[in-house]
Amino acid sequence: MDSNESGEEPAYQIKVDNLYKVFGRNPRRALAAEHVHKSRDEIQSELNLVMALRNVSFEVRSGETFVVMGLSGSGKSTLVRCLIRLIEKTSGNIFIDSDDVTEFSANDLREFRRSKIAMVFQQYGLLPHRNVLDNAAYGLEVKGMEKEERYTIARRVLELVGLTGWENSKVRQLSGGMQQRVGLARALAVEAEILLMDEPFSGLDPLIRRQMRKELASLQKELKKTIVFITHDLDEAITVGDRIAIMRDGEIIQLGTPREIIMNPVDDFVREFTEDITPSRVIEVGSIASPPPLTSRISETPDHVLKSMINAGVDYSICLDEEDRFLGMLRRNDLDRSQDIGNAKISDMFSIPSVHLVQSTTVEDAIPIISEVDTDIPVTNDDNRLLGVLTKSAVIQALGRPALAL
Amino acid sequence: MVHTKSEVSDDEDSPGSRLRIPSIISKISDDEDSPESRLRIPSIIAGIVAASILLSYLVHGIGDGLEFALDFPLNVGPEIERSLDDAIKWFVVTFGWFFDAVSHYVKLVLGKLRDFLIWIPWPIVMGLVFITAWRVATIRIAIMSLIGMVILASVNLWEPTMVTVAIMMVSVFISIVIGIPVGISAARNEKVNTAIRPVLDAMQTMPSFVYLVPGIMLFGLGNVAAILAIVLYSVPPCIRLTNLGIRQVDPSVVEAGKSFGSSQMQLLFKIQIPMAIPTIMAGVNQTVMMALAMATIAAMVGAGGLGIEVLRAMGQLNEGEAIIAGFGIVILAIIIDRISQGYIGTSNN
Repeated sequence: MDSNESGEEPAYQIKVDNLYKVFGRNPRRALAAEHVHKSRDEIQSELNLVMALRNVSFEVRSGETFVVMGLSGSGKSTLVRCLIRLIEKTSGNIFIDSDDVTEFSANDLREFRRSKIAMVFQQYGLLPHRNVLDNAAYGLEVKGMEKEERYTIARRVLELVGLTGWENSKVRQLSGGMQQRVGLARALAVEAEILLMDEPFSGLDPLIRRQMRKELASLQKELKKTIVFITHDLDEAITVGDRIAIMRDGEIIQLGTPREIIMNPVDDFVREFTEDITPSRVIEVGSIASPPPLTSRISETPDHVLKSMINAGVDYSICLDEEDRFLGMLRRNDLDRSQDIGNAKISDMFSIPSVHLVQSTTVEDAIPIISEVDTDIPVTNDDNRLLGVLTKSAVIQALGRPALAL
Repeated sequence: MVHTKSEVSDDEDSPGSRLRIPSIISKISDDEDSPESRLRIPSIIAGIVAASILLSYLVHGIGDGLEFALDFPLNVGPEIERSLDDAIKWFVVTFGWFFDAVSHYVKLVLGKLRDFLIWIPWPIVMGLVFITAWRVATIRIAIMSLIGMVILASVNLWEPTMVTVAIMMVSVFISIVIGIPVGISAARNEKVNTAIRPVLDAMQTMPSFVYLVPGIMLFGLGNVAAILAIVLYSVPPCIRLTNLGIRQVDPSVVEAGKSFGSSQMQLLFKIQIPMAIPTIMAGVNQTVMMALAMATIAAMVGAGGLGIEVLRAMGQLNEGEAIIAGFGIVILAIIIDRISQGYIGTSNN
């Protein structure tokens, strides 16, 4: 099983093309051209077939967390099982690192499952007749790894998920959250690049859910896996996902970043989902920043800056270096009150504390800072170059009527 | 709405079987729940019954020329019986060498086992059973077993009991060795399952005597015939429950096992069999009990043990002795059952 034969990095790690899954006798009947515009219900009553997935196509980048979201029966669980061939497709292709998974022989499929991809299940799927350590090591055991080696790795991943000390406990002695962590440990132990998670936190109570999400986020920072995450909870989807695919009746009806979905729901169905989400959670300060009223260079004198402020009729200026990188903020009041303005260095006059926001910060996350400072706040990009300033009125607009804010 | 029932199976492009409700009834159910249609079906049935009775009277009344309707005209029974007889004779003669060999070895093993059990002094046997019962079940069961064994010994039934136990041990061993693998293959392979189900159904409805026949045919009278009968009688529950046990293993655990790249063998031995053990053990328990039940009947083909005691006593019209021997069987059954149930209990914890 060779990947990357051309020597080129594939743009996407997972690529699904026109995937169909139909349940029932002679399932391919449902793919005939005459049925293309029929609804799922019509196909069921006419052909006695269930169209679980209909022309599903999407791509997932390496290192991305891709969320598939939908209600029960939308096809999301079927989809994730098709990726690992626990369910066999009716038609379509699934490319993982340029290999078509649906064409794999039994041996190739086994190898694929043992090293490239790992899954975490909603109902945990742990072996009740074994203890925690053996469960975490199961994926390695199946590969034929020696006991000592796999126990060492298993202990390490159990530590990673915070279950040190529980190695010899039986699975049933653990709470739901802990059992799911064993499931997660088991998936991490095989060091697969791709992680499939089928509603992993749906069976847990809300506080534990939030905690698990945070832990997953911090693990993901370290491990940078490609994750396909299934959930029915939009809140969870936008917290966890880089991009979200919303499914209904077996089809993807909208695919986009959390922000795109909340700002531009494609129809009433999606809108109903997004209604409860406050936009401030997805609006980034970078998108609502306005041009700074005045900027100055580090090479200028304080005197000169003050004069520019008076001329422009503004209260502050933002000091930048030659490459437009943010250095500090200069307040007119501070310059006015200074005794020795002729001889002072401009850098001594920066207001303290010097706050600025990175463009990707969500409005929600920025609120604590906004409430501490009474002026506009500079917004920089990832290189610390100035993009603009965040005004309070922009924030209030974003909180209230997001469409206008943009 | 005309209803037709069709079997929908997952992922199969093979033609399945279709059950069609007879069209006459489906036409009737055209107006589904109107009061007229609710009366229609019972009245049609009543009409059919009445017509049948009238016709029957008619046939009897007319008599001449209609005898064929009273006595089925074809009778090939005797011919078939003769051919079967010939076939069986041929079979037994041709493969006699095989069955003789089997018979020889089974007798050997059984004989050694029986002699061994009788050779061990009774206090040691009782002690061993007591300790086993205690470890595997509760002290109460251990004491109860002890009392039972003392009773058996004090009415001069110790040796027959040991013989019965020996016969059972050999039979149950063979049953398990056959039953569990067959059960496993039926669980994993739908074809085997469909093939085997009617066989098991037939086996479990046949009267126990019938099992004696193959034994006598192939091995003549004696313990080996008895063992064959016992194996045939007691293997179905083992197969059934092993099959069931494996099929009922939590599918989400099996799914998880598959997702990590387990091979079929790994799934079977690491996940399915360990998780099916309670049900498999229940099957073994039933096998043991049925073996015991059959062991007594097997006395009729010359098996030793408690069964023959009952038979002999009955034949000699010694009701007292027959009752005692009968009770001996019951006591043995209770001891074995309690201990094996206890084992199932502890293996679940």
